[in-house]
Amino acid sequence: MIRLPVLQPAALGGRVRPADQAPHAPDEPRPRLVELSVDGQAVRVAEGATVLEACSARGVDTPTLCFAKNLTPVNVCRICVVELEGARTLVPACSRKAEAGMVIHTDSARVRLSRKLVLELLGSSVDLSATPKIAEWMERYGARPERFGPPASPAQAGEREASEPGHHHAPEGAHAATVAQPAKVDNELFDRDYAKCILCYKCVEACGADAQNSFAIAVAGRGFDARISTEFAVSLPDSACVFCGNCIGVCPTGALVFSREHALRQAGAWDETRQAQTTTVCPYCGVGCALTLHTQDNQVVKVTSPVESSVTHGHLCVKGRFGWQYVGDRPARKP
Amino acid sequence: MDLKPITAPATEEDRAAVDALLGPAVPAATSLRESAGLRHLLLPGLHAIQSRLGWVTPGALGYLCERLHVPPAEAYGVATFYALFSLTERPSRVLHVCDDLACHAAGAPALTAQLEARAGAPGRAHNGAMWLRSPCLGLCEHAPAAMLTEAGVAPRAVAWGPVDVAGCADALAGHSPSSSAAWTLCAPQATGAVPWSAGAPRLLRRVGQVDPESLDAYRAAGGYQALRLALERGPSWVLREISESGLVGRGGAAFPTGRKWQAVAQATARPKYLVCNADESEPGTFKDRVLMEHDPFAVVEAMTIAGITVGAEQGFLYLRGEYPLAHARLSSAIAKARARGLLGADILGRGVAFELEIRQGAGAYICGEETALFASLEGFRGEPRTKPPFPVESGLFGRPTVVNNVETLANVLPILTEGAAAYREVGTSGSPGTRLFCVSGKVARPGLYELPFGVSLRHLLELAGATDVAAVLLGGAAGTFLGPAELDLPLTFEDTRKVGATLGSGVVLVLDSSIPVGPVLARIASFFRDESCGQCVPCRVGTVRQEELVARLVRGAPRGSHQQEQELLRELGCAMRDASICGLGQTASSAIESAVARLGALFPPAAAAAAKEPKP
Repeated sequence: MIRLPVLQPAALGGRVRPADQAPHAPDEPRPRLVELSVDGQAVRVAEGATVLEACSARGVDTPTLCFAKNLTPVNVCRICVVELEGARTLVPACSRKAEAGMVIHTDSARVRLSRKLVLELLGSSVDLSATPKIAEWMERYGARPERFGPPASPAQAGEREASEPGHHHAPEGAHAATVAQPAKVDNELFDRDYAKCILCYKCVEACGADAQNSFAIAVAGRGFDARISTEFAVSLPDSACVFCGNCIGVCPTGALVFSREHALRQAGAWDETRQAQTTTVCPYCGVGCALTLHTQDNQVVKVTSPVESSVTHGHLCVKGRFGWQYVGDRPARKP
Repeated sequence: MDLKPITAPATEEDRAAVDALLGPAVPAATSLRESAGLRHLLLPGLHAIQSRLGWVTPGALGYLCERLHVPPAEAYGVATFYALFSLTERPSRVLHVCDDLACHAAGAPALTAQLEARAGAPGRAHNGAMWLRSPCLGLCEHAPAAMLTEAGVAPRAVAWGPVDVAGCADALAGHSPSSSAAWTLCAPQATGAVPWSAGAPRLLRRVGQVDPESLDAYRAAGGYQALRLALERGPSWVLREISESGLVGRGGAAFPTGRKWQAVAQATARPKYLVCNADESEPGTFKDRVLMEHDPFAVVEAMTIAGITVGAEQGFLYLRGEYPLAHARLSSAIAKARARGLLGADILGRGVAFELEIRQGAGAYICGEETALFASLEGFRGEPRTKPPFPVESGLFGRPTVVNNVETLANVLPILTEGAAAYREVGTSGSPGTRLFCVSGKVARPGLYELPFGVSLRHLLELAGATDVAAVLLGGAAGTFLGPAELDLPLTFEDTRKVGATLGSGVVLVLDSSIPVGPVLARIASFFRDESCGQCVPCRVGTVRQEELVARLVRGAPRGSHQQEQELLRELGCAMRDASICGLGQTASSAIESAVARLGALFPPAAAAAAKEPKP
């Protein structure tokens, strides 16, 4: 019989464990802290944290649009830019890692000007009527989108999809170009009102590797003609879409919207003051996803999941997101 | 991921176009594993389809996606990013007529108007051909220029200048391309390689003198001496010489080359990559094209030296899609170098390896931005990435990468053969060496001029025969305008920086008093609106608003007062400069703002004077 040599604990790591101590996972190493200055005050955050987190730790309210806790930061909206001393340009707070010794200004003239312009550029080209907090930010930064002129007439259906990179009609300048266009309604679950799209990439990320791995949509086109699209702009039912609705969950401007919400909004009947939110657990499979049912007049009008949920991180599947029609169909129980 | 294929079936021709690049399809059972890591072939695949079929058909794109295991929506997003790909049916023959800055000065507006009258509106098929307006084709010394592409089993492309409306019509009718003589005759001449007074040119010494197709001629003219020295003396010697030479990047950013090489040489991650940025697209720039067309072996040799010095075994030359002759000459040079053991697994029997591949861009100025170039090479949309991390740490495929401009690399050879000390004897202490200047516009002798750093702009303009100088655009569309009172500016990095200008990519575009500045500024604004990748708000919308604003002012119809418009232009410029992700947005207002400040353009004199007052 072959005898295998027995390795003593000392040979493994040098430390011998007392016999009475049960084995346990090693403690999480305590993160190292880095200290930086935000608006003149010292802040300490864990190594790897972002400047945005450092600003939050200091109690600074930083506007964000393309940032979401459950997605990889893409830093494209540029509304969160802050001034970093020594840097040639402003830096995006949402993605820039905090480094020891950084000196950050979140309300300098440069920061205020850039944030104002970002708000004006978006406000003059996109319908922000369903974007939370936008009016407050516009006021805070003195943004006046109307400075760029009255809006140009909206695009016809299919017009933006037909644009070619590197070519556009020269403007006469009296009107401000916009992304106004008819909403895309091609299924019964949700609508795509791209007149409200600020091209934050969140839906693409949620459809892709950050959540669903369906890759049904991507950014197509270039420059101001860039748009969220399926291949050859086919309808969602013809695309790789699995109708998980995670794109709706992350959309910051209400461009992607439940059909019922869209209908209510168009009828002027959408009223969040009359809505209740009920937290529950999805009744379908065994995962136990946390659901938040948004009800108006005792009708479910929208379903979300808390980003903080360790089960969902805010993402759901088609059943949890849309499979609630039966709730309203049940006949009321007689007393 | 479980991909849903495009429903349009691929035709035999669709498959043939893709298979010509990728080889015959492998059995389905192994395709997923086989296709892992093939995404970088998306751009070459799209080129294969476009050049064979004349447009990217749904069937061919679907088949390419299957072969490379790329989601169709993403592939569509990539294909619609590039101006040279069409996702709708196009005739096989397409003429791209440049109406950018140098061609504008050479009469492109009249030419395109005549062409429209003769061959119909741009973008409309007419007798099996169509024409399109094009941004700068990099043939500014031959302006006005055009490029003809002809799709088919044996696709062809040619760019030439100067063109007139008859030549354009002939090309559209297929006369020029059907005669093989015309295709070769159209090769632009190497004009304007003007020797500088202090001695023989360094970078242009073989241009127009040595047969660019012959490796023997190149060697006889001093070629491959630098590589021999580099192999004999080793990477640390090369790094020291490059650092001591004071060479800085010639693409526009002027970063010290030695520091870049050093950082990648010291990086521990493997593999490392070398990228030559030959996506020369800055309007008015043609220096890299001339070097690649007329001294292609020098580019190959310099890339080989850079690769073995920093420890990169694979190099990519990212060539803009509008340079067909450079592509042909470089391809031939690479093949010849490989056949002689000057590229490959065992270079000159020294046991060092370096391979080199050309990748063609497809009509996107932004891909000259280094991180956008990486994204494009990797098979993604050419959208710039946030820095840090910098390419020396995380570049192509996330690996340490050296990315150098063609002219920068061309400097490596004289630095090694002459030695850093001798190299520095020319130029100034802050800007050692010589510089290539792309002189175009209203001059008697447009062309590429090699001059030591430090000569004055006036001297250069005299060499080129400029008699009536109303304005000079220095550095390209992303550069700055100078007025006639500023011509004594010494052409160095430090002197231009002092006056708030930039040498950029070496553009010296001369406008005389016959050319109104307004429409030129409108063309610049239009260029940035077209070429913004669309990723970040300040640039995507800011370039649109800037174009609208310039259009209003050129029409003499400001919105509100001139002061209000001036304030708007200034604030737009500040936000684009401060908050855009990359250099495109950061410099998109530079030329326009400089024209307002230095030439008094767009605004009446009173408003312009107010603009010069310091702002609180």
